[in-house]
Amino acid sequence: MDFKLDKCHELQRQLFRSFAENEIKPIAKDMDENEAYDLDLLAKLQKYGFFGIPFPRELGGGGSDNLGYALAMEECSRIDASTGITMSVHTSLCCQAIYHNGTPEQKEKYLRPLIDGTKMGCFGLTEPGAGSDVAGAQTVATQNEDGSWTINGSKIFTTNSGFADTCTLFAITDRNVKASKGMTCFIVDLKEMPGITISDNIERMGIRAASNCIVTYDNVRVPADRVLGKVGGGFKIAMQSLDSGRIGIAAQAVGIAQGALDESIKYAKARKQFGRPIVAFQNSQFKLAECQTLIEAARLLVWKAAIAEDKGEPFSALAAQAKLFASDVAVQVTRYAVQLMGGYGYCREYPVERMYRDAKITEIYEGTSEVMKMVIAGSMKL
Amino acid sequence: MKICVCIKQVPDTAEVKLDPKTNTLIRDGVPSIINHDDRSAIETAIQLKEQYGAHVSVVCMGPPQADIALREALAMGCDEAYLLSAREFGGSDTYATATIIATALRKIGFDLVITGRQAIDGDTAQVGPQIAEQLHLPQVTYAEELKYEGGDTLIVRRQFEDQSHMIKIKMPCLITALTELNEPRYMSVKGITSAYQQEVNVWGFDALKDDLNPAWIGLKGSPTNVFQSFGKQLRQAGKVMTGLSDEQAVDAIMAKLIERHII
Amino acid sequence: MAKDIFVVVEQRVDENGVCVVQKVGIELIGEACKLAKDSGDNVVAVLLGHNFTDQAQMLIQYGASKVLVVDSEYLVPFMTEPYVKAVTQIVRDYEPSIVLFGASSIGRDIAPRVAGRVHTGLTADCTRLDIDVAKYQDFLRRTTSLQPEKIDALSSPEMAARLDPKLLKMTRPAFGGNIMATIVCPAYAPQMATVRPGVMEMPEKNPNAKGIVEEVKVDFVPEDRNVEILSTEHPKEKIVDITDAKVLVSGGRGVGGPEGFDLLRPLAKELGGEVSSSRIGVDNGWIEKSRQVGQTGKTVHPNLYLACGISGAIQHQAGMESSECIIAINKDDKCPMMEMADLGIQADLFKIVPKLTAAVKAYNEKKNQL
Repeated sequence: MDFKLDKCHELQRQLFRSFAENEIKPIAKDMDENEAYDLDLLAKLQKYGFFGIPFPRELGGGGSDNLGYALAMEECSRIDASTGITMSVHTSLCCQAIYHNGTPEQKEKYLRPLIDGTKMGCFGLTEPGAGSDVAGAQTVATQNEDGSWTINGSKIFTTNSGFADTCTLFAITDRNVKASKGMTCFIVDLKEMPGITISDNIERMGIRAASNCIVTYDNVRVPADRVLGKVGGGFKIAMQSLDSGRIGIAAQAVGIAQGALDESIKYAKARKQFGRPIVAFQNSQFKLAECQTLIEAARLLVWKAAIAEDKGEPFSALAAQAKLFASDVAVQVTRYAVQLMGGYGYCREYPVERMYRDAKITEIYEGTSEVMKMVIAGSMKL
Repeated sequence: MKICVCIKQVPDTAEVKLDPKTNTLIRDGVPSIINHDDRSAIETAIQLKEQYGAHVSVVCMGPPQADIALREALAMGCDEAYLLSAREFGGSDTYATATIIATALRKIGFDLVITGRQAIDGDTAQVGPQIAEQLHLPQVTYAEELKYEGGDTLIVRRQFEDQSHMIKIKMPCLITALTELNEPRYMSVKGITSAYQQEVNVWGFDALKDDLNPAWIGLKGSPTNVFQSFGKQLRQAGKVMTGLSDEQAVDAIMAKLIERHII
Repeated sequence: MAKDIFVVVEQRVDENGVCVVQKVGIELIGEACKLAKDSGDNVVAVLLGHNFTDQAQMLIQYGASKVLVVDSEYLVPFMTEPYVKAVTQIVRDYEPSIVLFGASSIGRDIAPRVAGRVHTGLTADCTRLDIDVAKYQDFLRRTTSLQPEKIDALSSPEMAARLDPKLLKMTRPAFGGNIMATIVCPAYAPQMATVRPGVMEMPEKNPNAKGIVEEVKVDFVPEDRNVEILSTEHPKEKIVDITDAKVLVSGGRGVGGPEGFDLLRPLAKELGGEVSSSRIGVDNGWIEKSRQVGQTGKTVHPNLYLACGISGAIQHQAGMESSECIIAINKDDKCPMMEMADLGIQADLFKIVPKLTAAVKAYNEKKNQL
């Protein structure tokens, strides 16, 4: 059992890191201040295959795996968490759903352009009235005589919806059964189907550069061949996709934490107070040691979950553990990073305040930490 | 068109530091990279492949760990890779290095050889021209622009300190690349995974021995060798001068400018 | 028996079509003369070009005892093969002990091929040359971190048995300048080196010096022109990127306003560099943002960072701390920039900078007179 990355993954990590340092770092602050993702950067990420990493080359993907994807999530989020979530929602919540549940025709038609860098994807599950309580969804799809469906409702916090082409949308198709059996997933063309309205970017505390909007569906007609998987099978698809997505978010959290730690150490080596660089004080060293240990532990949980998913083993609880732990680490470490940098850490001139703001969401989205505990407890058969 | 790109894996000298106690370079933790000029050479070759269907072989002389540099070149888009690695090659100066690489290039076959202008560790800029000499090729060094005109003709802009020449050169020939040539692309994810599903051809002494004179390779075959190596004196605490007259101040600064070869 | 130090003197054709000898050739003649005193050799200049043999006399005035002139239309404008052919023929016919080239883009183009054709060793971009062991040892003791025992061992009998003490010791930077290496070429002749321009001292000119000028005939053939020069271009003004500049004259709060930068510009020009600024100058609109150095500006590593009226807050340090040489001019002798600098001058920059500009200008003018 080897905890070291093999050479192929190591080279991927080098790509992710050098791209993040050279292409994302110079504009991360501006994107956050402008609350807008840079579309030229998006195009570059697409060009180099950042949006199809774990999918086969035959389908237009990178030919890598979920471990490679986790590495990309960590390296990009280390510089800019908004890039991380843009990548994660697209890859895990949209692409994975179609990859695991789509017909060969659907994969060719909808998945290929998503993973070869032509189109962007998003995930329509959360509603204004249904967050953790997924089953409380109100978006409804009724079948028409010709077999097509008409969808009404609205989804909130749909990441990437400001520019995405494709959405894996979840709607109730049978009110008479439990939502876990009455929900269906549809592949929707956000830009082309009439009746879809996308709001402005929701004003948020962090990951402000990421596109995140309310999407309203007003009598949107969706052909029958857009049903992903079975009618009534949507809830299961949503849960599976979220399991996968949680590994991405956990990796994002690890990246945020490591990035904040690295920035604060760089500052602490240069900043002198009381005649010494502040990194020389034992108090600083002890705290930094604790932070790095936590990050290392979180990283290992991420890798374990990613490798289990790659091997086709059950990974739901592992993914939840990774996200639960890593998100807490991200909040802790970014808090300390700002503290170590003192007044300057609080200034927008340095990136750690942004990282502190970004970290919090990892405890909330794609399943709150409370929900993670529910998943883990459920797996323990208590 | 068959293109051979010669690359070197080097320590990132921006990160290298001298250990003041042992007087040697601290290499631990210093990342190894493809030399910057060589990456532009790779990019030029791949652009010729994309535009004109050229076949690109990438060649690197180095220790076994240079494998990852060749994988990176493959991931950028090169078609095949050769690692020239053998105990017998170790300790080679630029002459011996050029001898070994030229022998390999003859075996691989080429219309165009592109090397970087100079490596950031050796800083000699000698290997490219010495390969050209061994292969009896015309050369254009310091290339900052390159266009293919069809047939066997290339047009190259050659950079001098104060001017540049547009030069027409016919293949087979050798070009040394400057970073001004282009902005090298990143690897793509699918490039990386494909690169690791391919073999890197490793050529040791046996693969080349029919055409290689052992007297001209390695430490023994190198006309030059290192007599001493040492660090410059570390940046010592500077001097702060107060209470000077204007003339004294100007003199002090002029002395420092001359001492440090600024003027 | 190989003897004499040959210096290949470069020329360039300027905008008016005139062949002008490059300064680095003169610097090398000066250096060769110093070495020749230690080795008892003569200094021979090799002049390659067309229609400029009158410049041979000047080389003698700078110290060459002989000048070999190859005058041919094949040698202008510069093309690799004719130059390599000419120098190779001279090396084979005259068998020098040492051949020096300027490490210009021409020198570094032809020297490797000459070395390859003649099968000898070449050392690139040298910043120091020694024949005399004692002088070399003195240099090591004064300016390097090499251990004293190792330095002393260089003049031991064991060392003399291993290597001819009269060998040319060629010292040069490697690893991006992080380390210096002294290279030797003990078993092959000639010992060849390219030498970095602007490092060796310009020699004094002796208008009464006498020497021999000898024309060398090289049988050039049309095949020697193995490339075709289509056109020559002299570049227009390029957009300034301070990260490319080798010298930065940088202004801070002490500069006081845009007029202060007007004072720094001529100094930057004389030093062959650019003007840059700490954040305050940019925030106050005294200078454009592209010239800002620091945490929210650019990171630079020039050979010289001349900080005028900059206190050196940590955000600024982050952008320039790896400059090769830092000189600070500031009224406050205790500010962080003074602590960081290799040389700190407590002074009023408004008084010092104009005088410094004049001094540098005078020095450059003197150096440019050939």
